[in-house]
Amino acid sequence: MADISNNFVGIKSPNPFWLASAPPTDKAYNVERAFEAGWGGVVWKTLGEDGPPIVNVNGPRYGAIWGADRRLLGLNNIELITDRDLHVNLREIKEVKKKWPDRAIIVSIMVPCEEAAWKSILPLVEETEADGIELNFGCPHGMSERGMGAAVGQVPEYIEMVTRWCKANTRMPVIVKLTPNITDIRYPARAAKAGGADAVSLINTVSSIVSVDLDSFAPQPTIDGKGSHGGYCGPAVKPIALNMVADIARDAETANLPISGIGGITTWRDAAEFLALGAGNVQICTAAMTYGFKIVEEMISGLENWMDEKGHGSLDDVIGRATPNVTDWQYLNLNYVTKAKINQDSCIKCGRCHIACEDTSHQAITSMLDGERHFEVIDEECVGCNLCVNVCPVEDCITMEQLPAGSLDKRTGEKVKKDYGNWTEHPNNPTVVAAE
Amino acid sequence: MAGSAARKKLGKKLEDGIVAGRIDAKSAEQNFADIHPPMGDHEALVASDRCYFCHDAPCVTACPTSIDIPLFIREISTGNTIGAAETIFEQNILGGMCARVCPTETLCEQACVRELAEGKPVKIGLLQRFATDQAMREQKQFFPRGKASGKSVAIVGAGPAGLACAHRLAMHGHQVTIFESRKKPGGLNEFGIASYKTVDDFAQHEVDYVTDIGGIDIQYGKALGGKLTLDSLRSDHDAVFLGMGLTGVNALGLKGKDPEGVEDAVDFIAKLRQAKSKTRLAIGRRIVVIGGGMTAIDAAIQAKLLGAEDVTICYRRGQENMNASPYEQELATSKGVTIRHWLQPRKIKTKAGAVSGIELEYTQLNRGKLEGTGATTTLVADQIFRAIGQSYEDTTGGTLKLNRGRIQTDADGATSLDGVWAGGDCTDSGDDLTVTAVAQGRDAAEAITIALNA
Ligand SMILES: Cc1cc2nc3c(=O)[nH]c(=O)nc-3n(C[C@H](O)[C@H](O)[C@H](O)COP(=O)(O)OP(=O)(O)OC[C@H]3O[C@@H](n4cnc5c(N)ncnc54)[C@H](O)[C@@H]3O)c2cc1C
Ligand SMILES: Cc1cc2nc3c(=O)[nH]c(=O)nc-3n(C[C@H](O)[C@H](O)[C@H](O)COP(=O)(O)O)c2cc1C
Ligand code: SF4
Ligand code: SF4
Ligand code: SF4
Repeated sequence: MADISNNFVGIKSPNPFWLASAPPTDKAYNVERAFEAGWGGVVWKTLGEDGPPIVNVNGPRYGAIWGADRRLLGLNNIELITDRDLHVNLREIKEVKKKWPDRAIIVSIMVPCEEAAWKSILPLVEETEADGIELNFGCPHGMSERGMGAAVGQVPEYIEMVTRWCKANTRMPVIVKLTPNITDIRYPARAAKAGGADAVSLINTVSSIVSVDLDSFAPQPTIDGKGSHGGYCGPAVKPIALNMVADIARDAETANLPISGIGGITTWRDAAEFLALGAGNVQICTAAMTYGFKIVEEMISGLENWMDEKGHGSLDDVIGRATPNVTDWQYLNLNYVTKAKINQDSCIKCGRCHIACEDTSHQAITSMLDGERHFEVIDEECVGCNLCVNVCPVEDCITMEQLPAGSLDKRTGEKVKKDYGNWTEHPNNPTVVAAE
Repeated sequence: MAGSAARKKLGKKLEDGIVAGRIDAKSAEQNFADIHPPMGDHEALVASDRCYFCHDAPCVTACPTSIDIPLFIREISTGNTIGAAETIFEQNILGGMCARVCPTETLCEQACVRELAEGKPVKIGLLQRFATDQAMREQKQFFPRGKASGKSVAIVGAGPAGLACAHRLAMHGHQVTIFESRKKPGGLNEFGIASYKTVDDFAQHEVDYVTDIGGIDIQYGKALGGKLTLDSLRSDHDAVFLGMGLTGVNALGLKGKDPEGVEDAVDFIAKLRQAKSKTRLAIGRRIVVIGGGMTAIDAAIQAKLLGAEDVTICYRRGQENMNASPYEQELATSKGVTIRHWLQPRKIKTKAGAVSGIELEYTQLNRGKLEGTGATTTLVADQIFRAIGQSYEDTTGGTLKLNRGRIQTDADGATSLDGVWAGGDCTDSGDDLTVTAVAQGRDAAEAITIALNA
């Protein structure tokens, strides 16, 4: 049986599934239920400064988008950090950690951008014997208007500075949580590293308006006729998060910086993809908020069975395995030629591949053959773009088949070359200097 | 329990002969309730989500009225139910009835790619009902009456063919007069379709909805054939459309007059459809239905629902030859009807002038030809329904060319007589479906309009 125990910057947990800092980790009650269900760790809901706790809106704080059958695809929230008293939280963290010594408890923190504020909260957190801290530089709403959260996360210099303060004032491992609401994720990651961070975690939520109520003409969720932008998460943000994780994993400056992957993880497969792209473990919020804590059972068993099937003994056999295969466009092999191929036995003749290709692409799929409804790829026109594969409602009905080297590409009339050849050396590239 | 006391408790349930009151009011209500209850909002949303929005969709090709099914379903899925209804009515103004009575399992839903994919087609019929019900409930009229053309058209028969034709003619601004022999409009929608397919007087509501466009005058109790002749209609109007359906019923072809207790299935169904109270309708204890089509099935099921103890359909060929779809056959057997094959009637047995049974002969195929084997069996019965097909009865004075016993028409519905069109069951191109009658009525109206404007 594959070993899925996790060691993330020295923090040990029985599996790589942590609950992200959010409502599921706001109280001892929730966290204990999560541990009972099998979660490997939690990042406690973000704590703020000592003093009167922050307040949340008292109307709706979530909005959503759905797919077929009202499957929740994206969740948007305007919740702030914990609205419970700091000392109640600290006491509960200490109690739970004592009761569950084998599980990871990380404490998320967000206090004003002054060294004194950080200096005063760090010893209090240390006293709980939590395993580490996570700096919330990601919250895109509310807190950012007060100069915290994403307001810090969007300025690399601040990230570096605050990280450095924390490293100087605590022995605990420091994880810096990044906001995706920037143009290039490598800059904040490099700043975190420069400040001495033990790891980064990402992504926090994406700034968003999920929908507009067409009767009241207000964004949703609507509070007394008004709405505010919120933070978007759930399955819809996974591709954005994966890309950012890969960007950091393959950046020379941050290549060895541990990453806790977050964003849209809903199944073991999602988790495995994050690990493969370089995440050392994963954090989950929306999936738990949608289905409850029990989903971790599916995640654990799915990951184990997949690893067993593929012969991966431990997480280290998986982590970062896909990172070297992420490259820049310019290095992709232009001599790799594919054609779509339709399996006529599984085709249900819906015609979607045809109309997609006909109306919007390369006119490479028939709709009729000898007066019969028939869908077939015209090799002379097919550029191998994969659109038909993506719109076909039947899995594996259309496949992309590689043309072997030496065979004729009927579209170009040329033989497929067997050598690797990319854009940097392509004759159409104006920056290529002729060899002679 | 002593025999007689037990019998008393059962009331009329097991009484021999044709008697009323075999079921109580509560069972009557349950038995004749909507067979496919309408979809709720959530159900419709989930069902509409399943449509792939196919290109050149096979379901559309399979619909005789060519409703743009992927479009109307997409409209439902986006919360635009009224737009969906308009898409449906554009092609089929009786889309509400069709949604209830179409054998979708052999039409649109059979062609649905999801039937091929997983044996579970998109529920096109129920979705069509969802949309049309809402529009009709809200009394949304989508098509205004056209600018007066000054032309007048006579229509014979206020059935699906006649109504669809009338509506389309009104859209083009022609004045329409429908001559209907009965006292009520709707044709078989009102008198033929099984009650559990069209509850709550839907046929009449639909006629009101269709005629709301204006310019359609229905004259009841006016039958073509008597004083009203085709010639007079032709001279009084600019065009004539014939949609009188089938009024004749095929006989069993046995010696002598059929005794009391032998009845046409269509008459039984018409009586049932018009009955104010189903508990007061007399029905036999043991019933034999002769035939293998939709009418046989509908008569058998409804007889059973009225409380008959034993109902047996006898068909002279095999199951694969039955006109009733496998779905309809299954429905019948699920209601407790027995279906027997390779049996043809030979002699009706009577006792004291009333039916007491039927002798049937086993049949077989001999080089493709059906023949009696000579071997017989007898079933006990106190009521027998004839359901071996309806036929066209000429009321035009024999002036129209017929083909296979029905009015010969071309693709536009034109008959052999100038200025006379026809559609629906009375024509050689009808296929005994409401939706086909609608398509033909509509198309004839377009052809008439082209002819009148020429
Ligand atoms: C028992 C039964 C069940 C059926 N079930 C279904 C079903 O579930 N689904 C389905 O799609 N189809 C079903 N059908 C078939 C469907 O009802 C017909 O195909 C459809 O009604 C044909 O429409 P029509 O307008 O041609 O004729 P009809 O509906 O027969 O209408 C003809 C009209 O003309 C009138 N008329 C007749 N003669 C004259 C005259 N001389 N002068 C004036 N008016 C006249 C009649 O009174 C009637 O109103 C069923 C038929 C029967 C008999
Ligand atoms: C209601 C809600 C509240 C959240 N609050 C916090 C928070 O206090 N601190 C924080 O670092 N992230 C917070 N997040 C972000 C999550 O921790 C996580 O980064 C994000 O939801 C992406 O993961 P997911 O797609 O699995 O939900 C919150 C998310 C939600 C939905
Ligand atoms: S999209 Fe797929 S199922 Fe549909 S016609 Fe094309 S190949 Fe066939
Ligand atoms: S009219 Fe009948 S056949 Fe046509 S789509 Fe509607 S239910 Fe199907
Ligand atoms: S065939 Fe089925 S899936 Fe395709 S458009 Fe018609 S109803 Fe939708």
